[in-house]
Amino acid sequence: MTEATLAGGAAEAALADMEALIGVPQYEEEGEFPVERGYVWSSCASVENGNPLYWDDDVAEAVTGGPIAPPSMISVWFRPHHWAPGRTEQHLPLQIHFDLKERLGLPEAVMTDNTIVFHEPVRPGDLLRTRQILRSVSELKTTKLGTGRFWVINVEYENQRGELVGVESYTGFGYRRAGEEGA
Amino acid sequence: MTTVAPTLVLGDVVVGDRLPELHYDVTATTVVLGALASRDWRPMHHDKDFAVDRNGVRDIFLNTPNQAAWFERYITDWAGPYGRMGRVTFRMRGSVFPGDTMVLDGTVDGVDTDDEGCGWVSLSIALRVGDDVKTTCAARVAVPVDEDDNPWRRRGEQWRP
Repeated sequence: MTEATLAGGAAEAALADMEALIGVPQYEEEGEFPVERGYVWSSCASVENGNPLYWDDDVAEAVTGGPIAPPSMISVWFRPHHWAPGRTEQHLPLQIHFDLKERLGLPEAVMTDNTIVFHEPVRPGDLLRTRQILRSVSELKTTKLGTGRFWVINVEYENQRGELVGVESYTGFGYRRAGEEGA
Repeated sequence: MTTVAPTLVLGDVVVGDRLPELHYDVTATTVVLGALASRDWRPMHHDKDFAVDRNGVRDIFLNTPNQAAWFERYITDWAGPYGRMGRVTFRMRGSVFPGDTMVLDGTVDGVDTDDEGCGWVSLSIALRVGDDVKTTCAARVAVPVDEDDNPWRRRGEQWRP
């Protein structure tokens, strides 16, 4: 998309299109594989996490009613395989973020913060689903990075029983560097 | 049936308490192991040439999901297996590279009980390298209110993270 197409009415139309998507679930996807303990142990080993919940089944049974995955692994279950047979394209995690950059003509972007809220525990064997929801797009703002808009995107995760297991919330700032035209 | 005593209960925790510091010498193995364990195949987390030439940084660097795992480990080292994370907020300010010694430290800045009787501790945690704060984490963690309580038993309306 060129800067010219975003001048005046076109820019307003692009913004209106994106604002119409606020609150609308998009990019619903199922994980490529069930939650499994091999990755739980790899993750715990990578940070030397000795929490007995993940290493001692008797403790897991007593405390959490059986094994669970570390809550912070929630997004791990959705990163696609590096390769899969026959695959030609895939959605990026946080596709809405890239949609906003493109539609609003904002070539640069940063994530300013990331919140994760944890609900039902994730357990080995679970097959999770995810969806992305745009929550807000701000007015034009100028920061030391440049001029652009802040947006908030939620990523919701649920298990195969339809129970919410977590919600990630990302704040992004899409912008154009000071001195550059457009947006 | 195994019984597991809580590592700490809500009454043990006071605003202003400091969590023990965690020091860790980051190597290239730390970075690559963490990236692969979190299924993050992007080259700046395993390919130094890519990180230097394309990202303009000095080396490969810790990825965000692995940092989340480091913060979780830091929190549950302190809270024990009954500690159940409700909410975490991260702010990334700088990268962590091989050769860095990262230091995590945390402070209790809130202790409360919600309407459902669940005990909550609010923590402010910083990951530093030298004097530079690389990442901050604000966490809300449920801990047992007494020896008979278990935050993991809370479901539905009883769990308000």
